[in-house]
Amino acid sequence: MKKIISLSIISAVISLSGCKKDSEFLDIPPIQVIPTETAFSDPALVLSILGDLYNRQVDFSSLDNGWRSFADFSESFPSENGSSFIVERTGWGYGEWGTWDYAYIRDLNLFLQRMGATTKLKDIDKVRFTAEGRFLRANYYFEMAKRMGGVPLILEPMEYDYKEDVTNLQVPRAKESEVYDFVISEAEAIKDQLPADLNDRSRATKAAALAMQARAALYAGSIAKYGATTPSVSLPGGEVGIPAANAEGYYNKALAAAQQIINGTAGPVSLYKVLPNLSENFAAIFLDKSSVNQEAIFIEDFRAFAGKVHGFTTNDQPYSISDEGGDAGRLNPSLNLVESFEMLDGTFAPLPTTDGAGNPIYYDNQEDIFAGRDARLAGSILIPNGLFKGKRVDIKAGTITPAGVTGGTAGLDGPVNGLEFRTQTGFYIRKWLDPTIGSGRRGRGSDVAFIRYRFAEVLLNAAEAAFELGQTALAADYLNLVRSRAGFTTALAAGDVTFDRIVHERRVELAFEGHILFDYKRWRIAHQVWTGDPTTLADLKSNIGLATKKSTQPWGLWPYQVTGGPNDGKWIFKEVLPSRVSGSNRFQLGNYYSEIGANIRAANPKIVRQPNQ
Amino acid sequence: MKFKLLYILPITLIALMTSCKKDNYDEPTSKLSGRIVYQGQSLGFENSQVPYELYQFGFGKVGPIGASFAQDGSYSALLFDGQYKLIIPNGQGPFLWPKTASGAPDTLLINLKGNTQLDIEVTPYYMIRNAAYSASGNAVTANFGVEKIVTDPAMARDIERVALFINKTQFVSSAGVNRIADAGINGSAIADPSQISLSVNIPSITPTQNYVFARVGVKVAGVEDWLYGPLEKLTY
Repeated sequence: MKKIISLSIISAVISLSGCKKDSEFLDIPPIQVIPTETAFSDPALVLSILGDLYNRQVDFSSLDNGWRSFADFSESFPSENGSSFIVERTGWGYGEWGTWDYAYIRDLNLFLQRMGATTKLKDIDKVRFTAEGRFLRANYYFEMAKRMGGVPLILEPMEYDYKEDVTNLQVPRAKESEVYDFVISEAEAIKDQLPADLNDRSRATKAAALAMQARAALYAGSIAKYGATTPSVSLPGGEVGIPAANAEGYYNKALAAAQQIINGTAGPVSLYKVLPNLSENFAAIFLDKSSVNQEAIFIEDFRAFAGKVHGFTTNDQPYSISDEGGDAGRLNPSLNLVESFEMLDGTFAPLPTTDGAGNPIYYDNQEDIFAGRDARLAGSILIPNGLFKGKRVDIKAGTITPAGVTGGTAGLDGPVNGLEFRTQTGFYIRKWLDPTIGSGRRGRGSDVAFIRYRFAEVLLNAAEAAFELGQTALAADYLNLVRSRAGFTTALAAGDVTFDRIVHERRVELAFEGHILFDYKRWRIAHQVWTGDPTTLADLKSNIGLATKKSTQPWGLWPYQVTGGPNDGKWIFKEVLPSRVSGSNRFQLGNYYSEIGANIRAANPKIVRQPNQ
Repeated sequence: MKFKLLYILPITLIALMTSCKKDNYDEPTSKLSGRIVYQGQSLGFENSQVPYELYQFGFGKVGPIGASFAQDGSYSALLFDGQYKLIIPNGQGPFLWPKTASGAPDTLLINLKGNTQLDIEVTPYYMIRNAAYSASGNAVTANFGVEKIVTDPAMARDIERVALFINKTQFVSSAGVNRIADAGINGSAIADPSQISLSVNIPSITPTQNYVFARVGVKVAGVEDWLYGPLEKLTY
């Protein structure tokens, strides 16, 4: 009897507490994958998805793209032996600068689709997140349009039905104007759904949307207007090239969008003017991340000791002041750029190295040769004897006797031909360089933010649009706001605003911010500036300030200290073409729009290939 | 580490058995070569600037076997036997390449069986005629004529510039790295296109050499590629 009872108890226990149902046992929710319904029910999770989409934004130059993304175009010399190909090559491949990341577009479209479908979020969150997703998508289409022209405009995630017929997935290229129209209309649609304050500038705001709209409309307008000068850079179907008749409409849109920012309707935006020394002030625009800086509109932010830093300061700090003892000084601005900064009276002049008779001019101090120029020169570029982290850079090519015999040892910072990590042009980059202690160490890195849109560019966009619309007085007003911050006391008159002025102002204000290639492409002057002809000394010193001045090789300015004679201890300067510069920039018609590879065209025969390649 | 002979034998056997043949395809052996010509005369280009594309269909995804013409207009490709289509992409070359009705470059069909010489006939906008060079002392002089080949007003183009280039290597063209000196005149300044004379001073060359290479070229308005005459080595 006992056996029966214990057996039956045991069997009862077993059968009651035994195997689970199959579905219960096998259907375990994954712990590494968050299902869509869960992810889109919690604003924190949505923000983390959005954060990844923000991280995947494409910039031409960016502090975490590497220092090399700021180099090239004869605006700088790459002082790193592994990068000397930049000044040794004689042109760019047709595929250079291309981008075609439709995986990113798909992820953005999926995000927007799921945002539209979810019911678990509050409206206020849903509207903002959707607007941000649309901003990022328009932003990437803008990046593609700048590089490739018209691209397939895909706004819904596509599905493959596994029926082996892919013709419905093969979307042809939209017209170049259609992509710009999309960017402009998206920005217009979302601008009031984004915050009108600038408390978080690493996320999309009303000002960011308007700034993107102004830039896109300006670009489209200039492609329409200046594209007429290069008729062979076009495709009959409009995938490349915009009809000239559309130029005025785009310029009007650009001006209107920019003015909404200028009028203060998009939040507190103003030019940064905090420090009395205007060069220090200009450098500080890029370093000040506090709320005092109301010029930055949309940034890529970094944070030290939190896993998001970049090595720009490590790679480009002056060699003699390097925190890393050997990792330094790669991005050397060229004399081509330095000499383009105007004198404070608004005139252009080469650096005065020799007098009219060809005799060298003697300077008591190294910085004297740069005196009296646009304050942005010393704010963007570390000139010889410049100050960084409390120390002065030691830029010296050697000594020179009164008879002209050079010798002696070079400074700790160069310039010496072929000696990497020190300057080889006589200049170091200053813009973006972080004066924080330890910012040049590989471990700590720098958390200087990369500014994608700032108020000075909005003013320059407005000035250019106004100029192209014939409103030269308005253009002069906007330019003067930017220029007074640079130390100019004589304002430009309406009649002083010319195409050359606009091109020049953008070059010096926005140097090393990733604009030069796209600007020269949209004005169709890239093949006139980067001709492939070597740049002689005569070329270097003439036509400064002209938009189409040839600049194909980066020159340097080397300081020599005089030993002996009545000028003992003084400095003279020589213009030098660094010996590693064996190539020259040659921009061909086929470089205006980057190649769409044979792989893409073979998969989708509806894609029309780029012209002149 | 002790080498165990017992393990070496089977390992080598396996290695040999699985790696007997490195590749299961024979290499291509049919050479397609030739020049780009007009009425039998070669055209000169800048090295690697004028591309051509060969396509072979029937092997899945289609993409070009791309290459470019050499400086003297010659080309060669080592291929498998079969049917190929050759095109020159739009906008390339200082010559007219036939187009289809939709504006795409027309195909040249090639049936390749063994080594084949194929000269590609095109219509250049201009041809350099009777180029004669001479080097004396410190200057190179060229006398030549430029003949307009495409005369149909719908397709003809003007001369933008003619120039004489010299270089210390055999690669001579308008590109900055392919010339040590050049002299030219704009198309509008040409008095008689059949008799043009250009002269350029020879700069000092380090290390010294007593020869230069010279070519004359014509740049056609609206066309990016220059057209060149024959190359000449001049000793002085």
